[in-house]
Amino acid sequence: MNAAKKSTPGGGIFPLDKPDLLVAYRTMRRIREFEERLHGEFAKGDIPGFVHLYAGEEAAGTGIMMHLKDNDRIASTHRGHGHCIAKGVDTKGMMAEIYGKATGLCKGKGGSMHIADLSKGMMGANGILGAGAPLACGAALAAKFRGDGGVAISFVGDGASNQGTFLESLNLAAIWNLPAIFVVENNGYAESTSRDYAVAVDSYVDRAAGFGLPGVTVDGLDFFAVYEAAGEIIKRAREGGGPALLECKMVRMYGHFEGDQQTYRAPGELDDIRDNKDCIKMFSERVIEAGVVSRAELEAIDREMTAEIDAALAFAKSSPSPTLADLSTDVYVAY
Amino acid sequence: MTDNRIVPIIMPKWGLSMKEGKVTGWLLEDGTQIKVGDPILEIETDKIAGSLEAGDAGVLRRRVGTPDTVYPVKALLGVIADPSVPDAEIDAFVASYVTPPADEGDDDEGSKTEIAQTPAGALRYAKRGDGAETVILIHGFGGDLDNWLFNIDALGEAATVYALDLPGHGQSTKTLDNPSLTTMTSALSGFMDTLGIASAHLVGHSMGGAIAMQLAASNPAKVKSMTLICSAGLGPDIGSYVDDYVAAQGRKDLKPALEQLFADKSLVSRQLVDDVLKYKRLDGVEAALKGLSQALFGGRKQHDAPASNLGAKMPPALVIWGKDDQVIPVAHAANLPGAKLHVIENAGHMVFMEKASEVNNLIKAHIAAA
Amino acid sequence: MARKISMRQAINEALEQEMTRDASVFIMGEDIAGGAGGNGDQDAWGGPMGVTKGLIGKFPGRVLDTPLSESAFIGAAVGAAACGMRPVAELMFLDFMGVCFDQIFNQAAKFKYMFGGHAQTPVVIRGMVGAGFRAAAQHSQMLTPLFTHIPGLKVICPSNAYDAKGLLIQSIRDNDPVIFCEHKNLYGIEADVPVESYTIPFGEANVLRDGKHCTIVSYGLTVGRSMEAAETLAKTGVECEVIDLRTLSPLDWDTVMDSVENTGRLVCVDEANPRCSIASDISARVAQDCFKALKGPIQMVTAPHSPVPFSPVLEDLYVPSAQQIAAAVKKTMAN
Ligand SMILES: Cc1ncc(C[n+]2csc(CCOP(=O)(O)OP(=O)(O)O)c2C)c(N)n1
Ligand SMILES: [Mg+2]
Repeated sequence: MNAAKKSTPGGGIFPLDKPDLLVAYRTMRRIREFEERLHGEFAKGDIPGFVHLYAGEEAAGTGIMMHLKDNDRIASTHRGHGHCIAKGVDTKGMMAEIYGKATGLCKGKGGSMHIADLSKGMMGANGILGAGAPLACGAALAAKFRGDGGVAISFVGDGASNQGTFLESLNLAAIWNLPAIFVVENNGYAESTSRDYAVAVDSYVDRAAGFGLPGVTVDGLDFFAVYEAAGEIIKRAREGGGPALLECKMVRMYGHFEGDQQTYRAPGELDDIRDNKDCIKMFSERVIEAGVVSRAELEAIDREMTAEIDAALAFAKSSPSPTLADLSTDVYVAY
Repeated sequence: MTDNRIVPIIMPKWGLSMKEGKVTGWLLEDGTQIKVGDPILEIETDKIAGSLEAGDAGVLRRRVGTPDTVYPVKALLGVIADPSVPDAEIDAFVASYVTPPADEGDDDEGSKTEIAQTPAGALRYAKRGDGAETVILIHGFGGDLDNWLFNIDALGEAATVYALDLPGHGQSTKTLDNPSLTTMTSALSGFMDTLGIASAHLVGHSMGGAIAMQLAASNPAKVKSMTLICSAGLGPDIGSYVDDYVAAQGRKDLKPALEQLFADKSLVSRQLVDDVLKYKRLDGVEAALKGLSQALFGGRKQHDAPASNLGAKMPPALVIWGKDDQVIPVAHAANLPGAKLHVIENAGHMVFMEKASEVNNLIKAHIAAA
Repeated sequence: MARKISMRQAINEALEQEMTRDASVFIMGEDIAGGAGGNGDQDAWGGPMGVTKGLIGKFPGRVLDTPLSESAFIGAAVGAAACGMRPVAELMFLDFMGVCFDQIFNQAAKFKYMFGGHAQTPVVIRGMVGAGFRAAAQHSQMLTPLFTHIPGLKVICPSNAYDAKGLLIQSIRDNDPVIFCEHKNLYGIEADVPVESYTIPFGEANVLRDGKHCTIVSYGLTVGRSMEAAETLAKTGVECEVIDLRTLSPLDWDTVMDSVENTGRLVCVDEANPRCSIASDISARVAQDCFKALKGPIQMVTAPHSPVPFSPVLEDLYVPSAQQIAAAVKKTMAN
């Protein structure tokens, strides 16, 4: 799949043909279902630790990842479930990992903040803000050495975009002309602190320019806008054109993490997000209105996804926990 | 030192890099009557510990070297003389003795060994002496030309002596395709061709003995005589040494493996173990040793019986064995009909190190008679 | 074939041989070629101490001068390692670890564990350690205990040129992150080093000298001083066993404890500051596991608990001396 493919039965309205539109919808729904079920389960007290939900941001991760192959790498953030799913990681293994079970992708040793699946090019969610950017530079450097046309994408939140690691990485990628793309997922907040307070420039395009990189800002709620902008940037990087920055303006539908009372939000802000800024709803309406996809087709996918996540949850809950014997395996140095 | 009634006992040079040695103790009292080959005193170098054996007969008149003291090579350690020589003369000899400077070129270790580009690859060798007869010393599995440190100079007094590092060993090429006795034998044959050695007296230790027999069988014109020391190829049995040596990853496993080589285990010094370990850790060595040990001795059995191919082509042969050999049983010594046989007491698989002068004298006599 | 070369040359040769053997090995760091982007010599420096001199000529494109951005380039090395390359990143002075430590201890060291054993990170981070160079408090530290504290890092500190070459080759071939500590005052010291490539396994201490009265354990520069102390003591009839740890993680506990079982006495020599040091670590473990064998109190000879001073007079007093080591042996022997 690539951005160049524009022959669509929808009269050229969309940059993807119908099967790919359904893939996009399925991915976004899979993420949403996964996150909403986690939201419910977390409230029951069965899920240990921090859980940061990607709900509301699906259009960005999905629009970008649809351009990637398994040998393209991504370095994710603490809010990584959506990136994982969009990169093709199995939801059963993810769910079991979040429950800390031995059957989890990381044998229960990583948890929500460290889910990784290197076979899918997913280099890990990351509990350290900004840490993914240098790693993505390394992945891009490896791709460049190998000359395999691979790219690496670093995701960073608006808050983490102030980290030195991120800024250093922009410069490094620029001087080495790496096939690296820096995606700023600007959801307006870093925990409780607003982007407008914490980021000195108004536009990330300016910040990119300061490092000699092209920068693009898109409406991250608009799947098609993300898809097209990312497509161009990724294609350019694959062809040796070097790194770029892509800012996706988006919203998060839930708290920073599960349990967040979100009192820092303005009155009515959350209602407005649910009613008017739900990226999946916006996508559905567009494709249905255009007559390319029917509501029934989408509802069938919804049911499919509910069943899939049901199964993932059942798998996670019924899986065994790791044991004492697992405590000190998979570590390079035994004391 | 012009007086040949007085013979100095000097610090020997055991091996290329030896510059000094430590006297660890005297084995004989002043006034003892000494025969050639008697151990006189014990010496330790950073590589090996051993006893210095008498090269001349006479009475031990003076012990000069003090235990636990380090002396340079050729330093005076003692005096052998006839009882008729007066004490005063001995005193004067000791007082006027000057340790000669090291041989020219001694500092330049590189000149002491050379590399021959042979069909089997680059092979390192050492050459001593320029006598009419040519002798080639062939080390055993896992060994190298330095194993002959107590022999090469002595044999070089009367012959032209070569000692080589076989492929996969010492400082020769580590590439060993198709490891087998045939491959090793053609490496030796190619080495002789490269150096223009038409025929030679072969002295082979252990696996080197099997190679010597195989060459005699396949190319009799090249072998004037053979001396087989604790040789492979004379029977099916072999101890665990080869497996233990190959498997050893660190000093702790290697030391007990190397101790199987000697009747006197204290000869295995820390430096000896370290040197072998350094060799074993070179890239390619492990693969070469594994392949070779598998081909020749896999399953703890000797697979080749080159002796059975000799028949009428058998050259004059001398078999020497250490009675306490733990690697290849001394019973194999009897398996080469027509060979002269010497079994030496209180010696193991490395009998040519442990009983160097005895072995050297046997080899010299064998070559002279051949 | 062996010949005498310095530790600097031994390290250079290890890098050269591994780069020749394996195309996935590359090296990076500030000024490691030197001259990047200028109009002069492209191999102007070969690292601030000339350790990597000559390599760029042999491996163009695989010797990367980096910008002054430790977080970014160490992180990039880690990322490239996670994507199948074998980077050797030079951190110049390991004191600079402070600005990129996250990439080392939260990223590289933890991937394998967090990701349930599914990741490998064959990165080597090499740099200078130790005092005696008049380089003062921020360029002279022996920070080894900081690294050994982290499970997941392998920590190497050679005391001579032979070990440096074999251990560095092993480090490059190893699949885990390795911190390779080079004592700057050992660079010029020569030893017999084979021309051929060879490896020294990790977790194997080197017993340099046998002795029955007291065990001296050390690593790096102070190994030489420990030997000097042992030779002096031998003249008074006290025979010390001197152990060069060589690799600090993993650590060869067997060799240390076997020796103490024989001698009954232990002196730990460590150029690091004393609190939570290699010396205190070994002392504690030996006290715990070999208590019955001990005939005298364990002694520690370390740097004082202060930063490294600048004044040459003070700095010379800072690093454990042969006299201090001998005094410590006498002290434990007096019991
Ligand atoms: C280095 C570091 N500092 C602080 C934190 C704590 N923390 C976790 S998430 C977060 C806010 C992140 O905001 P942003 O980057 O905008 O991402 P978002 O949560 O909005 O997706 C903070 C401060 C951390 N995990 N790592
Ligand atoms: Mg944010």
